[in-house]
Order: sequence, then structure tokens, then C-alpha cells
Amino acid sequence: MSLDRRNFLSLGVAALGTLVSGLSFPLRLLAQHVRPDAAFAATDMAGVYAAIGSTPETSAEIVFTSPEIAENGAVVPVSVTSNIPGTTKISILVEKNPNPLTAVFYIAEGTQASVQTRVKVAQTCNLYAVIEANGKLFSASRETKVTLGGCGG
Amino acid sequence: MASPMRIRATMINGSTEVKVLMSHPMETGQRKDSSGALVPVHHIKEVIAKHNDKVVLQADWGAAVSQNPFLQFTFNGGAAGDTVSVTWNDNKGETRTDQVALR
Repeated sequence: MSLDRRNFLSLGVAALGTLVSGLSFPLRLLAQHVRPDAAFAATDMAGVYAAIGSTPETSAEIVFTSPEIAENGAVVPVSVTSNIPGTTKISILVEKNPNPLTAVFYIAEGTQASVQTRVKVAQTCNLYAVIEANGKLFSASRETKVTLGGCGG
Repeated sequence: MASPMRIRATMINGSTEVKVLMSHPMETGQRKDSSGALVPVHHIKEVIAKHNDKVVLQADWGAAVSQNPFLQFTFNGGAAGDTVSVTWNDNKGETRTDQVALR
């Protein structure tokens, strides 16, 4: 009899487990981001900041590297590492590109807040890395001189 | 169709470093071809990287990411036999997924 009861209880626990995992799946879907189309369409830095809601404050906790002089603006390697705890987003902006916002990376838990990629830079200007951590925005910038434009023209 | 991505995942001190080289023209829509006609915009909009079934990195991209995009990132964990997969979707609705096994 007591065995039955134990079996019955463990069944209940298993069912609860299924229910919880079943519930958490749509919750995770809900937590997914929406592509910031307005920010991608903005044509200047002020427009991007308006679209994302605020202007970031400068932070020394962001390690942002890009070449000082890029011979080919079509392929400019950039690397962003954020030492700000709770970093969830890393964005890369190129000030004088037709659309400054180039890329937004969403950092999952357990992924290091560090990405490297290559971007196009149309002309000599500042590159910005914008970090979102705990709902606040931080940025770092670097100037990259371009000797050949990134638009192939 | 799009050529395969080159993905390299290396385990380093308990974390996994992933390097991806995608094959994509990444046209900005502002370049003109030899006849002077605008080359239509064609770029990757979204990238999703997974470790087994867990999403470790997502990205929204504009057209200013370089042609044949390169991406490097690191996530904690990873064991031999795990898979790392990367998916991209572009503005023309094309998509591609490639994966590698960790060794």
C-alpha cells in the first residue's frame, strides 16, 4: 500500500516536472528579442540613440579594439569585450555609415560578453561599442581611419 | 544556394571558443555594378548559435557587416561529442544551418 502511495507521488512529481518544463519553453520564447528595425534604419547616431531610448554613458569597462588605420574599409576587424557584469547586449555602430547600427549581439547566460567580427566602414570616423547591462547602456568609442572606402565605390 | 559555413569550435579551459566564417555577399544596396545599376540589398539579418539545444548567442545584423562575415565568441562549458550549430537568415528569406561536433 505504501509502495503504491510512493509510486503515485513520484508520478505526480514527474508530471509536475513535465508541466514546468512545458511552461518554461514558451516563456523562453517570449523572452526572445525583437529586431530593433527602427534603430537599424536610423541614419545618424542621434537617430539610433533615439530609437533605442537613451544615450549610453561612456565606460572604461569596455575593451573595444579596431585598427587605427584600415587599409580596406570593407573589412575592418573589431573586437568588443565587456567587463560590466550582467552584459546582455553588445551593439556595434559606425558613426558615418549610411546606417550607423551595424550589429547587435545578444549574450545568453553562460556566454562570455566578448565578440569579434568584421564590419564595413565607409569613411574615417568613430566606431562605437554599446553595451546593455541590467537595463543600462554604456559605450566606448575608437576612431578608425579608412584609406579606402567600404562601399566599393 | 549558399555555400556552407566554416565553423571551428575549440575547447579551452572549460569554455568553448567558436569561430564562424559564413559565405554571403552582404550587399548593402548602395553599390553599383559595372553597368551603373544598383545591386539590390542582400544581407544576413539574423544569426543564431546553439550549443546542443541551448542558444548561446544571437545577433541581428545590418548590411554593414563585411562580406563573408566572420564571427568569434566563447561560451562556458562544452564537452566532447557536443554539437555547436550556427544558423543564419537573410533578407531574401534564405537560410542556412551548419554544425560541428566538439572534439
